[in-house]
Amino acid sequence: MTLKWKMKKYRDNQTGSLFVLPYVLAFLIFITIPVFMGMLLSFTYFNLLDAPTFIGFTNFITIFTADNAFMQQIIPNTITFALIVGPVGYLLGFFLAWLLAQIPHKLRTVLTLIIYSPSMTAGVAMAVMWRIIFSGDEAGYLNAILLSLNLIDSPIQWLANPDYLMTIMIIVTLWSSMGIGFLAMLAGVLNINPELFEAAYVDGMTSKLQEIFYITIPSMKPQMLFGAVMSLVATFNAGAIGVLLSGQNPTPQNAGQLIVTHIDDYGFIRFDMGYAAALSMVLLLLVYGFSRVAYKLFGEKD
Amino acid sequence: MANYFGTKMNPKRFHLSQWRFLIILIPVAIFMGLPIVYIVNHAFKPLVELFEWPPRFFVQSPTFDNFIDLFAVTSSTGIPMSRYLFNSILITALTVFASILVGSLAGFALSKLDFRFKTSLMWVNNIAIMFVGAAVSIPRYLVIESLGLIDSFWVHVIPGLAIPVGLFLIKQFIDQIPKDLIEASRIDGANNWQIYWHVILPLIKPALATIAIVAFQGVWNNTEVSNLFINDESLKTFAFYMATLTTTGNTVAGQGMAAAASLIMFLPNLIIFIILQRNVMNTMVHSGIK
Repeated sequence: MTLKWKMKKYRDNQTGSLFVLPYVLAFLIFITIPVFMGMLLSFTYFNLLDAPTFIGFTNFITIFTADNAFMQQIIPNTITFALIVGPVGYLLGFFLAWLLAQIPHKLRTVLTLIIYSPSMTAGVAMAVMWRIIFSGDEAGYLNAILLSLNLIDSPIQWLANPDYLMTIMIIVTLWSSMGIGFLAMLAGVLNINPELFEAAYVDGMTSKLQEIFYITIPSMKPQMLFGAVMSLVATFNAGAIGVLLSGQNPTPQNAGQLIVTHIDDYGFIRFDMGYAAALSMVLLLLVYGFSRVAYKLFGEKD
Repeated sequence: MANYFGTKMNPKRFHLSQWRFLIILIPVAIFMGLPIVYIVNHAFKPLVELFEWPPRFFVQSPTFDNFIDLFAVTSSTGIPMSRYLFNSILITALTVFASILVGSLAGFALSKLDFRFKTSLMWVNNIAIMFVGAAVSIPRYLVIESLGLIDSFWVHVIPGLAIPVGLFLIKQFIDQIPKDLIEASRIDGANNWQIYWHVILPLIKPALATIAIVAFQGVWNNTEVSNLFINDESLKTFAFYMATLTTTGNTVAGQGMAAAASLIMFLPNLIIFIILQRNVMNTMVHSGIK
């Protein structure tokens, strides 16, 4: 390599920093800095009006010892919600992708589109519709159907009733959970070398179940991991659904209250920013912890 | 199992034996699609049918009344609906375009160029994929406030530019392009900008389409920005307006309008996805985290 060529290469690589600059700026300002500020704020008392005052670990101690709603309802709610929506949504995503991969292209495209479509407008637009379906008076669809079948005598307040709210939240979230992760897994299954399946058959593999565990999943581990991370993030981001459905924060008797809505409650309704920030840190650690588990399961050992 | 012959993925034609898959897939698809069919029907129902009891699922005599009402109604502050829609369209177009540019520039550099902090940047970005935005809405508010972006039009666009999962997908996609191609262009005298523009961009169209969809869904459906960072009613978005429609107008007549508004929210998502879906599947093949 001549010196001139080396110089040119060096200069070319310097432009690399220039290329990433816009992204890095946006990333630093709107993701990194808020996370660090959140960390700092979590050790303070701050009501937006006065300057934050440092109070050490008080917020965290309060979270785990004095916040009755948090320990008795919000943590159990969040864990129930996350453990059902996360794994069930994920397994369902894989299962549907696996089924879809085994039908012809045109039919697959149509069915994939239908299954994917709820995740496009997750949130507000769809909460509208669910509120009509689960409306508490007799004009609500579910009530009307149950009434006309004589299964119930009077309309049920689906969304205001703590007994039903969580179940409805889980159904609605699962309904809209076939997103990018699901598409990635579908692409993953389709991309497996078909010779592997033939070879497995020749080698005496005798059931579909064996095939899934010994061939399909190992050949698409990277997509499985991507899908797992995506469903994890979607699960914890979907937290506001209870508030959207019931139309109030806190939800009736905290029945549908999750960490995300608890944060909003303290941050934007009670203006206790320090406490809300401490809750945020607990949430971020929770997500991070779960994702480590996903990496352990599907990550490639190096 | 006697009928096991090795799984045939991506079959060329339909075969009767595929009924086993369809018997599960079709009911699932119906469950997933039903609420959307319902929205479409509800949006076109005349007032009489909205009040009907027992409620009917399918519309009998469809009208555009709900849409006309929706466009005619102005919010309590006197802002017409068309203004919210205009804001949403402009904001979405700008954000999608800008985040594609920002993401593809960074993806190219991370995949094909060497510079300081490259590996640590990728590492941080991979962690940020798991980032739950709602968790830091408060510090984010403080940052945006100190930048003077409250009540600015740009607060809709700028915070959405860095999409960690988008950058990840673009970078994975560019990794598939052989380094020789870059070296060859360099020998021909192209600089990095020319390589980016003439070599990389045309090759990564599928990945760009995917980012476009991710960015689109993030912005078009976003109510948080209007809710937290904008007080000026004339700068708020259609998604936000929809949310207010549904919390205040809980009457039966309001339902028709809410359904019409939901449909307006949903359709652009659907159309864009249908147009770009082939590209998305193409990108997703490379989506794996290794």
